[in-house]
Formats: sequence, structure tokens, C-alpha cells
Amino acid sequence: MDFAIDFLFEPLKEIWEFPIFFVEVVVGGILTGVMYSLVALGFVLIFKASGVFNFAQGAMVLCAALTFVGFHELGVPQWLSLILTLGVMVALAFAIERIVLRPLVNQAPIILFMATIGITFFIDGFFQMVWGEDVKRLDIGIPKEPLEIGGVLVNTFDIVAALVAGTLVGVLAFFFQSTRIGRALRAVADDHQAAQSVGIPLQTIWVIVWSVAGIVALVAGIMWGSKLGVQFSLALIALKALPVLILGGFTSIPGAIIGGLIIGVGEKVAEVFWAAKIGGGIEDWFAYILALFFLMFRPQGLFGERIIERV
Amino acid sequence: MLYREAGQFKTSYSADQGIFPILQDRIGMAIILAVAFVAVPMVASDYFLSTIFIPFLVFSVAAIGLNILTGYCGQLSLGTGGFMACGAYAAYKFATAFPELNIVIVFLLSGGISAAVGVVFGVPSLRIKGFYLAVATLASQFFLIWLFTKVPWFVNYSPSGVISAPPRAVFGWYVTGIEATAEAKYLFCLTFVAVLALVAKNLVRGRIGRAWMAIRDMDIAAEIIGIRPLQTKLLAFAVSSFYCGVAGALWAFIYTSSVEALAFDINRSFQILFMIIIGGLGSILGAFLGAAFIVLLPIFLSAVPQAMGVPVTTSTLAHLEFMIFGGLIVFFLIVEPHGLARLWQLGKEKLRLWPFPH
Amino acid sequence: MGRAHIARTIGDTLLKVENVSLGFGGVKALTDVSFDIAKGEIRAIIGPNGAGKSSMLNCINGFYQPSQGSISYKGVVRGAMRPYEAARGGIARTFQNIALFKGMSTLDNIMTGRLLKMKRGFFWQCLHWGPAQAEEIEHRETVERVIDFLEIQAIRKTPVGRLPYGLQKRVELGRALAAEPELLLLDEPMAGMNLEEKEDMCRFILDVNEQFGTTIALIEHDMGVVMDISDRVVVLEYGRKIADGTPDTVKADPKVIAAYLGTGHG
Repeated sequence: MDFAIDFLFEPLKEIWEFPIFFVEVVVGGILTGVMYSLVALGFVLIFKASGVFNFAQGAMVLCAALTFVGFHELGVPQWLSLILTLGVMVALAFAIERIVLRPLVNQAPIILFMATIGITFFIDGFFQMVWGEDVKRLDIGIPKEPLEIGGVLVNTFDIVAALVAGTLVGVLAFFFQSTRIGRALRAVADDHQAAQSVGIPLQTIWVIVWSVAGIVALVAGIMWGSKLGVQFSLALIALKALPVLILGGFTSIPGAIIGGLIIGVGEKVAEVFWAAKIGGGIEDWFAYILALFFLMFRPQGLFGERIIERV
Repeated sequence: MLYREAGQFKTSYSADQGIFPILQDRIGMAIILAVAFVAVPMVASDYFLSTIFIPFLVFSVAAIGLNILTGYCGQLSLGTGGFMACGAYAAYKFATAFPELNIVIVFLLSGGISAAVGVVFGVPSLRIKGFYLAVATLASQFFLIWLFTKVPWFVNYSPSGVISAPPRAVFGWYVTGIEATAEAKYLFCLTFVAVLALVAKNLVRGRIGRAWMAIRDMDIAAEIIGIRPLQTKLLAFAVSSFYCGVAGALWAFIYTSSVEALAFDINRSFQILFMIIIGGLGSILGAFLGAAFIVLLPIFLSAVPQAMGVPVTTSTLAHLEFMIFGGLIVFFLIVEPHGLARLWQLGKEKLRLWPFPH
Repeated sequence: MGRAHIARTIGDTLLKVENVSLGFGGVKALTDVSFDIAKGEIRAIIGPNGAGKSSMLNCINGFYQPSQGSISYKGVVRGAMRPYEAARGGIARTFQNIALFKGMSTLDNIMTGRLLKMKRGFFWQCLHWGPAQAEEIEHRETVERVIDFLEIQAIRKTPVGRLPYGLQKRVELGRALAAEPELLLLDEPMAGMNLEEKEDMCRFILDVNEQFGTTIALIEHDMGVVMDISDRVVVLEYGRKIADGTPDTVKADPKVIAAYLGTGHG
């Protein structure tokens, strides 16, 4: 009973007494959440356009970051390294489309999902073999000093990251809504066969969308890499993005953003105010339980489309 | 002695519904059992028994468990490791709390605990499907491992957080602990595996198995012919987690003798998933073939460069293993989603027609 | 024409649909539809594409819940229900787009139709021996009778995914029959079949009705077939009932003629 009171009310009291600290935690959560959204965005893009739940998105983040840093360490200037990495990501998209997606077209979604788990392992193994597995430092010149805004301390880096993510979302939204390729992408997402029958080349579209997801992975990789260092654990960021997805719905870009924010804030607040009372280290599973809880009420996620089943 | 079914007419439905309707298969199975129970423990060294045969058997149980849920019932789970941990820790608690309890009962009880936990985490399967469910099973994976790491009660407040199997005997033979011989451990495992495999086969070829497969192939149609989706899926979660739990207990008590929760992390879940994809989704035989494959491949990988005199670092080897597994998964999903088990079946059909292929 | 009535008994009302409406968001699939199905009859539901025929069947077997109105089965008004409850009440169906279990053989598919009748519990299933085996064999015999009836002995052990379309439809009918339903719902049982296959299917439907006394409600586009085999016909258009009666009266109804000529169905 004491534990229950301690667990339920103490943190609330703490929040009540130190509101500024609480706001700081929430802001920190929002900014981390934006970084989660950045990774989740890659999943959503591919799912929207090909109905594939790409488990390899995390591996792509790792591979992009490794390649970028790897070229740079070989003495290539950063701008060139960026272009080279873009090339690698596009080549990867080509390879995946040609080797994996094309032979598996029209298979059950769950089979494709498992195939992307295979891709994950391959990419993890291959790129670590090429670039080595030591932790690499990545500095793209974003200051990391804390900044005071209205009495609340915020990390400059986090703000820059949030701005980058925001810009990326804006660009993607424009790309999807207002360009010819974007329209084709949406058509493919709606119905593969119908899109094909009006002359949209499915395979080209897939390569494009996987390339775009690769670019998103590159941005996420650079941001996360300069925050944490470039190492294998970057691939595990994907595991953080998954609850964001089930929360936001697989098909919704705004869902990925809002989902990321909810997970980011929920996780930070629980971590700071509650975790210590139950042993700490809850960041591995808290997001999942939170997402599951939401799912019980909205099985299609917050922004997913409601499915009318037909027979 | 050719492989033929010609001339073997079934005069009753019960004969037609046997596990091995063809005589040659029955003989083959008898030989395999005889080799496994008699020849292997006589011939194989302790090293081979404890580094190849015992892990193979333990993995087989887990793979059967996951195959029931994923291969037969179509519910993809990434939480296998969590349920194995559940079985391992439950067995440890039972064995230390009731030292008089027979170890077989301990294992079965710990399977039961895992089954109960599996049901709890299976409840969302009513409302969420496909990848949503796969992601939700990750919740069980992470939560359970966290629980066993953080709550000292589960390890009897041992400061290292490691559980060690207490010595226990069956019919006067030690099967766990320091005094147990590799042969005794192997035979104990083998008996467990043989019985569990038979039960699994029985389940999947009867009423329950058909209900699972109906849910897997088309859940809407299954419901319309009268199958209750929630109960059927929960039963699959329960049976699957039971198998995984027993596998976890065998792992902790027989294979490694002492274990920490991290042995059952998410990589273990992926490893078991790879076994059933490579071995064959929806096949009990496939679980065995997949387990054998995944146990043997790393050994093979490290032996080959050594034999050829090529120096390869362990990290390169680990990365190579990742690549090969990843590649194989994609390969099997594209070429033969029913895995090695299907290849084996095709081989038998060829043999049946041999030497007249048309 | 109607159909030459042999010694069949058409009895009381088995199922009664009263003022049923169904909507998805803003779209109205059914509006205020009422009709009944009598025990032992063959009842056809016809109408142009999008008239709400499949939605009607989906309501009857509990897949959709009507937003208004009620459905009573065997004299009892049903509340909100799940499809498996309808199946347990003796309603079986086939689907417009075949809904077989693709990973299983013909035999196993039809055996799933017997699932509701199999009672042996988990323990015996684990052993697959004694009572469980006896039960398995007993139901196998029933299934073999269905297989004989539909003349699909040769494909007993073939995975259904490999069968041609017409045979798949037949296996699906077999699965529904194996459940020994009181009310059998057939959603376009002859769509996409050639003449010979259609004739076979007609014969099966009539035989089922005559030999087992099964009540049948079917959706079909082939007017010749519908008029030949059914006792009474309901016509839907844009989710509303526009006619109901014997084939001859329906055929002569000016509204029906308009609906069909208007949308180009023959």
C-alpha cells in the first residue's frame, strides 16, 4: 500500500512542486520524440507506397551513417561524402527492389515483412564488415550548448534536430501531395494492380520510394549519429520507431510525427518521475506498453485508416 | 529396398490418417529413434553431445513452439525469447522453492506458467493483426527480460543476477547440476523432445490444428464457418508459449546450467524465427531441420576458413554469419517458403517415381 | 417457368429480415429491406451490381450488423452477433471471391466444415488416440460422403491453391455442406463458370435442397439459372427492395425490367 501511494502520488507531487523542471522534461521528450519520428517516417513512406513493413529501416539508418562517416574518415570532404552516401542508398534501393521485392510481389504482407528482417541482418553484417564496428565520432558542426528559453533549459542540438525533421516532413508532404511522382506513389499505395493498369511503372515507383526512405534514413543517421556516435546501436533506434508506428498508424505521416511526440514525452516523463521506483531502465519497453494501450482502443492506430472488411 | 507406396492400400480411414502412412517412413522413423536413443549417446563424445546435440534439441522445442503460433496459426511473434526466459525463471523458482519436486514436473509447470503469460500477451491479437501484432509481441519480449533483470526475487536475490540449476535426478540419474553426465542430459532432453514433438504433431493434424490453419489462411472465412477467433488464437499462444517455456527451462537447466536474462534477448527471438523460416513454416519436421541448420552453420563457418588456412577474425565471422542468415532468409522466402521440410518432401516424391520420372 | 416441384416440403418461415438498413459512414448499402426465407425453399436475391446483395448476406450471417431493423432466425430475434455464432446456429455460406484455406488440402478444407461438430477436448487431441481418433474417423466418413456427392474424389489430397477455379468453388460448397447447415447462403456460386460447370453446380444445388432438405439463399447474376432453380426471388436495387415473388411475377414486374435494362444487365 505504501508502495502504491509512493508510486502513484509522489511523482505527481513532485511535478506540482517543480513545474519548470516538468516543462523541461516535456520539452526534452518532445525533441527526442521528433528524432523518433524521423526514423518512423522512413517506415511510413515505404508502407504507404508498397504495403511493405520495412523492418530494415533501422539497418538503413545504420548503413547510411556508417557509409557517411566511413567515406569522411577516408579523407573525403563532408559534402562529397554526403553525395557518395546518397548514391549508396539509391544503389541499395535498386538492389532491394531487384533482388527481394520483385520476386516476392503479390506475396502475403507478413512474408514480405519477414524478408525485410532478412535484409536487416544482411545490411547489418555487410556494412559493419566493410566499415568496421568501432564507435565513430560524427561532428557536423551543430553546437550542443544548452540554451535558456523563458527559464527552460533546452539543448541547441535538439532544437536543430527538430527543425531538420520539421523541414523534412514539409518537403515530403509537398513531394507526396503536389508532384507527379507523388501522385503516382499515392496511386500505387491505393491499389497496385489498378495503378499498373493505368500505366504507372510499379518497379520504378518502388525504387524511388525506397531511395527516398534511404535519404530519410541518411538524415536520421546523421542526426542520431552525431548525438550518440555512429555504432551498431543506431540500428536499434528502429525498435524505438516501431511503437511510434503502431501508435500513429502505418500509413500516416502526421501520425508518425504525433506518435513520435507522444512516445517521446511519455517515455521521458515516465523515466524521470516513475522509473526509479521500479528499478529503472524502462526505456526498452515503456513505449511498447504505451502503444499497446492505445491500440486496445484504436486498433488501426491514431491516424490509420479504418478498415471495412469485405468478403 | 525402394521407396514406394504402390501396393500399400489403406483399408481404413485410421490407417490413412496415420502420421506415417507409408511403410518405409515408419521404418525410417524407427531407425532414427534407435540411432538417437542408443547409437548417439554411445558414440558421440561429451563435447559433441553438449555443444551440438543438446542445443539442437533445446532449439527444436522452441522452434516447434514458434512454428505452432506462426507457421500454423499465422500469428507472427517476435517474443519467443521472452517466453523462453519465462520458462527458465519459473523452473528456477519452482526447483528452488520445492526441492522435492520431480524435475520433470518442474519443467512442465514452468511451461504452464509461460503458457499463462503467453495468453496474457496474446489478448491483443483479437483486435490487432499482422505486423501490428508482431510489434506488440516485442512488448512482451522487452518487458519480460526487463522484469527478470530488475526484480531480484526471480533470481532469489543473487547479486550476480545469474540463475544456476540445482542438481536434480530422475530415476537416480543426475540430469542437472555438476554431477550430471552429458549422456544423461542428452537422453533426458531427447525424451522430452520426442514426447513434445509427438504431441505437437497430434495437435496440428486434428481438430485444433485445422482451426489454427483456418485462422492463418483466412481469418474471416474461419470465423464464418464457426471458429471462435479469440479462443483459437489464445490456445495457439498458450501451446506455443508452453513449448517455448519448456525450451527455456531446458536451456537454463540442461544446456548451459546457469543463465542470465540476456541469453533470451531479442536476438534469440530472431534466431528461432530464422529456424522456422529456413526449416519450413507450418511443419514440425521443419522445426527440427531449421534448428539443426542454425546450430551447425556457425560451427561450419568457423571450421572452413580454419581448414583452408585463411585467418578470419571473430568479428568478421560474426558479420559473415549475419549476412549469410539474412541472405538465406530472403532466399528461402523467395524460393521455397516452406523451407527445408518442403525440399525434403519434394526429394521423397522424386524418389517415389525413381527411376521412371514420368 | 418456375421449377417442377418434386416431393419437397416448403414449411414455415426460417429467417425473417425486417426493415433492415445498413450504412458505412455516409454510404447506405441497404435501406429498409424486408423479406423472409421459408424452410426448405430456394430463395434467390438478385439485382444489379452494387445493389447490396452481398451486404444482405453479410448481415444474415452476422458479418455486418444492421444499423436498423431486425433479423429473426427460427422465430427468435437476434441481437448483435459474431459470425461464428451464426455458424453455430446452423448458417453456412460460400463466398463471391473464393475464401478457401489455401494452405490446406481439399480434404482438410472440408474437414474444417465439421469443426463445430467435433467435441473432443484438448487432452484427447494431444494424444490423437482413443476417443479423439474415433471422432476423427467418424467425421472423415461424413466428409467422404460429401466428397462423393460433389464428385471430387480425385482431388482429395491436393492443396486447394492448385485447383482450377471451378473446382475451388465446388470445394467451398463442400466445406459449407460438411457443416450440415439448415440455411445455406451461396454468394454467386456460378460466377465465372462455363456452361458445363454451371450445369453441374445447378445440379448440386438442387440435389442438396432435395436430398437434405437444406434451405438455400443464393445470389446469382445468370437470370436463366435463377429463374430455373429458385422458388422465390427478391430483387434489390440501390439497397432497396423493388420486387419479391415467384420467378414469373418478378420477371414480369416493370420495375425489375427497368432496373435491368437501365443498367445493361441481361
